[in-house]
Amino acid sequence: MKAGRFWAWFVFALGAAYFFIPLIATVEFSMRMRRGAYSFDAYKVVLGDARFQATFGYSVLAAVFTIILGVLIVVPAAYWIRLRLPQLRPIVEFITLLPLVIPAIVIVFGYIRMYGSNSPLPFLATDTGTNALLVIGYATLSLPYMYRAVDTGLRTIDVRTLTEAAQILGAGWGTIVTRVILPNVLIAVLSGAFLTFAIVIGEFTMASLLNRPAFGPYLQNIGANRAYEPAALAIIAFAITWGCMSLIQILSRFAPKSANRPN
Amino acid sequence: MADPFLSIQHVRKSFGTTTVVEDFNLDVERGEFVSFLGPSGCGKTTVLRMVAGFEEPSAGKIVVGGKDITRLKPNQRNVGMVFQAYALFPNLTVAQNIGFGLKVAGMPKADIDARVAEMLGIIKLPQMADRYPYQLSGGQQQRIALARAIAPKPKLLLLDEPLSALDAKVRVSLREEIRSIQKKLGITTIFVTHDQEEALSISDRIAVMYGGKAEQVGTPFEIYNRPSTKFVANFVGTLNVLEGTVTDAAAGTVRVNSEQVSLKGKLNGSKSGDTLSLALRPEAISLGRQPGRDSSLSGEISEVHFLGSVIRVRVGIGGNTVSLDTFNSPATPPPAVGEKAEISFSSDDMLVLH
Repeated sequence: MKAGRFWAWFVFALGAAYFFIPLIATVEFSMRMRRGAYSFDAYKVVLGDARFQATFGYSVLAAVFTIILGVLIVVPAAYWIRLRLPQLRPIVEFITLLPLVIPAIVIVFGYIRMYGSNSPLPFLATDTGTNALLVIGYATLSLPYMYRAVDTGLRTIDVRTLTEAAQILGAGWGTIVTRVILPNVLIAVLSGAFLTFAIVIGEFTMASLLNRPAFGPYLQNIGANRAYEPAALAIIAFAITWGCMSLIQILSRFAPKSANRPN
Repeated sequence: MADPFLSIQHVRKSFGTTTVVEDFNLDVERGEFVSFLGPSGCGKTTVLRMVAGFEEPSAGKIVVGGKDITRLKPNQRNVGMVFQAYALFPNLTVAQNIGFGLKVAGMPKADIDARVAEMLGIIKLPQMADRYPYQLSGGQQQRIALARAIAPKPKLLLLDEPLSALDAKVRVSLREEIRSIQKKLGITTIFVTHDQEEALSISDRIAVMYGGKAEQVGTPFEIYNRPSTKFVANFVGTLNVLEGTVTDAAAGTVRVNSEQVSLKGKLNGSKSGDTLSLALRPEAISLGRQPGRDSSLSGEISEVHFLGSVIRVRVGIGGNTVSLDTFNSPATPPPAVGEKAEISFSSDDMLVLH
């Protein structure tokens, strides 16, 4: 028993070391910009850089639009599949997993070929069109996470009976989705939204190949040309991602409680 | 019935090659409380769902208040419904749940608040307005669901096994409450249940369903005392079934375990020598000869169960066993197993099952 516990802790310590040592090393390195003393100089440089602010702002905006687009596509689709087309679920699950299998570079080259300035749908002819295409691409990349989050949320409520209860009280589809279904899966939607946010903030391939001033290409650019700033940026990116994860945890406590599972 | 409020006419419903409801007909008067009673899979919930608009009939039509609603969507029918699983919206408070239908209909907020308060008064939960569904017991949730269903003043109230998920004590009190609210509001109600006691105790009429058809439609008294089919007789209440042989069809005599029973006028074309299934309710049988009982059979007591106020006795008569209940009397000890016994009954109470 005691030996078993020792090995369990040993494996845990090994795993923790594997994750935390590189992180601690990066933090330590990012604070060594000033010779002979630890300082936050690298962070000051990064946060004071106008390009950081512009690219970060651009990516945040792209993430917000991606989340809106994702919610508009995924929530009604996942709801309808649960309500009326349960036999399609395996197929839709497979489709939503494709972005994990097909590299982003394949998707983006497909976009460039399909939506070039000479195509019938010339998204790439204007900046706005290219931005829109980038958001559509991001929505595709985040599909596996958004769909699974929403579908899990829908599993916790009795979709069919709640829909019928709302219908018999006179509600149309719009009212049912916005006032009954969405509020009850809001926490799941937020989980999907934060995962989407984390993906969009660090995404490099699509933004770079579509030549958009996003945070991912900026990270790469800094990484290639500076010493301490990339480490500071990596830690900032970690903090943002962990912040998102913490928010999911905090918000899940405010989820509407099911009558069947009060706790 | 000159002008029924709800008329279900020749309704049929098939899913693929399976027909779950076949030529179902029922007329319901305004303000009437009708129960659909039957075992699982008999089609009772499917008929209710067709009235609600959740299923479309494969044939036939449904008329409410003179208007054909067969093809209307559920949200266009002005029908209230209570579900077995409560189906309260978890994200809304009790008051918001009750006011949901009114808000959808675009009623002003002040009117909604007044109606919600009225509904909370009717279901005797005025202090619960700000609670969420998860903070309520099952019985409270179902009362809120009832209030939510009747708040928009629907033409028709549909109750889909609303008491099945509740414990026995709450079921009895809530069914009485449902009936009293229904009577008070005069709302035409269809109640689906598989519990015969529930159906018998609160209905104006019962439609006993089996195999997608209405086997018999009648008052609880008729259904219980004059079942028209073998299924209804067996499904509703406890029944003692005895095998008998027609000895003289013209005179209406039947032999049961070597004793003659007169069933004049009940044999319905049976011939001498035919074997019949005869049924008797336990409460129609007395232990020993009793005045006013014209028939009797002899047997031996096989089981005695003391249930407090009632003693349930089983008497073996040839190859048949007959169950009967007698009231407990402190002065008289219960009969003993193995004793010879005679049971008596009125031949009028004996049913011939076809």
